Amino acid sequence: MKFRSALLLGSVCAALVAFALTSARVIAADKVDPVADAKAFQNFFFQKFPTVKHEDFVNGPYSMNEDMKRQWQEKEEFPPYEFALDAGKEMFATPFKNGKTYADCFPNGGIGIRQNYPYFDEKEGKVVTLELALNRCREANGEAPYSYVKDEMASLTAYMAFTSRGKPMDIKVPDDPRALAAFENGKRYFYTRRGQMNFSCASCHVQSPGERIRAEVLAPALGILNAMPIYRSEWSGMGTTSRRFVTCNSQTRAVPLEPQADEYRDVEYFLSYVANGLPISGPGARP
Amino acid sequence: MTAFPCKPALLLALAALTGFAAGTALAQSAVTDGQKLAFDRGKGNCLTCHVIKGGDLPGTIGPELKDIKAKYPDRNELAAIIFDETKRNPQTMMPPFGRNRILTEQEISAIVDFLQTL
Ligand code: HEC
Ligand code: HEC
Repeated sequence: MKFRSALLLGSVCAALVAFALTSARVIAADKVDPVADAKAFQNFFFQKFPTVKHEDFVNGPYSMNEDMKRQWQEKEEFPPYEFALDAGKEMFATPFKNGKTYADCFPNGGIGIRQNYPYFDEKEGKVVTLELALNRCREANGEAPYSYVKDEMASLTAYMAFTSRGKPMDIKVPDDPRALAAFENGKRYFYTRRGQMNFSCASCHVQSPGERIRAEVLAPALGILNAMPIYRSEWSGMGTTSRRFVTCNSQTRAVPLEPQADEYRDVEYFLSYVANGLPISGPGARP
Repeated sequence: MTAFPCKPALLLALAALTGFAAGTALAQSAVTDGQKLAFDRGKGNCLTCHVIKGGDLPGTIGPELKDIKAKYPDRNELAAIIFDETKRNPQTMMPPFGRNRILTEQEISAIVDFLQTL
């Protein structure tokens, strides 16, 4: 009886609680202060994992587990993302039907600029990710956009990441209330519990990095986008940042958003900004 | 057990109808059902986070589930943990299986029977 009424009450509350924030936040300030947030975020991970070299956090699960790291380093001699890299390089060099190329759409011809994405576009008033910028480049040149989750998009971003390897992430939040709001919105999305399992992104990637969830080792949230895109054996192929966000949501029985939905753009902005200073390591390979 | 594609609820209802009191046969089948539910990826999927005797590929997010009867002699306490562990610990990773309707009351009860054998 007591149990049954608890069930009823529980389901009424469920919707509310699903939107409540976890208090396991590693964020400093109450007002929007990206600089303080990034510092608190980085310090949380540096203190939690004092033996991990700071620049190693960008290697996802490998930064958390010596055995996995060794296996991965052996694999890196024949990296499984190489085919994507070659394809991306070729696509970059091949002109569109109108004779222009990707290089015409990006600063520095698109080479060595991965660390500056996503950026806040003050004209549009929104966050622009690299994937979004690539499809906009295609459409501006009369080409059909690519799927955001894999294949060509992953090849293009793999090549752009590769030419930027080692460059420190360098995301700006301009002094514009809309940029601050986007940062804050991304942070809120990251810490909000959702779905039937009641997980937030932070449940797995802040509270539990290094733990095994079944057979997988959870990556730390710090630098979690620096290795994108990634090859995953489980996918038998490459996946973009969009693909990973959708997969994490759907695997935990939360409703995934459309790739490049505003909230995904904002969460990418938040996660990239708090990784400022850590090197680009993409493309990555995962078990 | 074998004649029906049985849900624990159905089993319990049948048992009640036939006047079959909670004898050892039923208790045993509840334990078996509980284990199945606990290991099933679409149901409890407890192995995602807990080492449990008899289960493969366990995660490490939660503590190993062992000596449960000694630690939680009161089965209501166990049921409450499975129903909604955020009541005890608002920051827990453990999903609120009852509150979010992942498991029914009967399913939780069967899992409790199983946990008490660990
Ligand atoms: C219940 C667990 C869980 C939740 C919740 C979760 N993830 Fe994940 N995530 C994983 C697992 C498992 C992997 C694959 C192993 C790994 O690399 O961490 C992963 C991988 C990732 C990766 C790639 C890391 C790498 O280096 O390979 C990113 C990026 C990521 N998640 C972002 C998110 C975001 C953003 C959210 C929230 C929308 C989220 N995750 C929610 C479990 C989760
Ligand atoms: C996503 C992770 C996760 C899943 C799935 C999960 N648990 Fe847990 N569980 C935890 C964590 C973490 C704790 C530690 C206590 C806390 O966080 O409040 C815990 C604690 C417990 C405890 C108390 C153990 C003790 O020694 O005090 C029991 C019993 C338990 N879980 C049973 C279950 C059962 C049964 C299932 C499946 C129906 C399950 N758990 C699924 C994460 C999980």
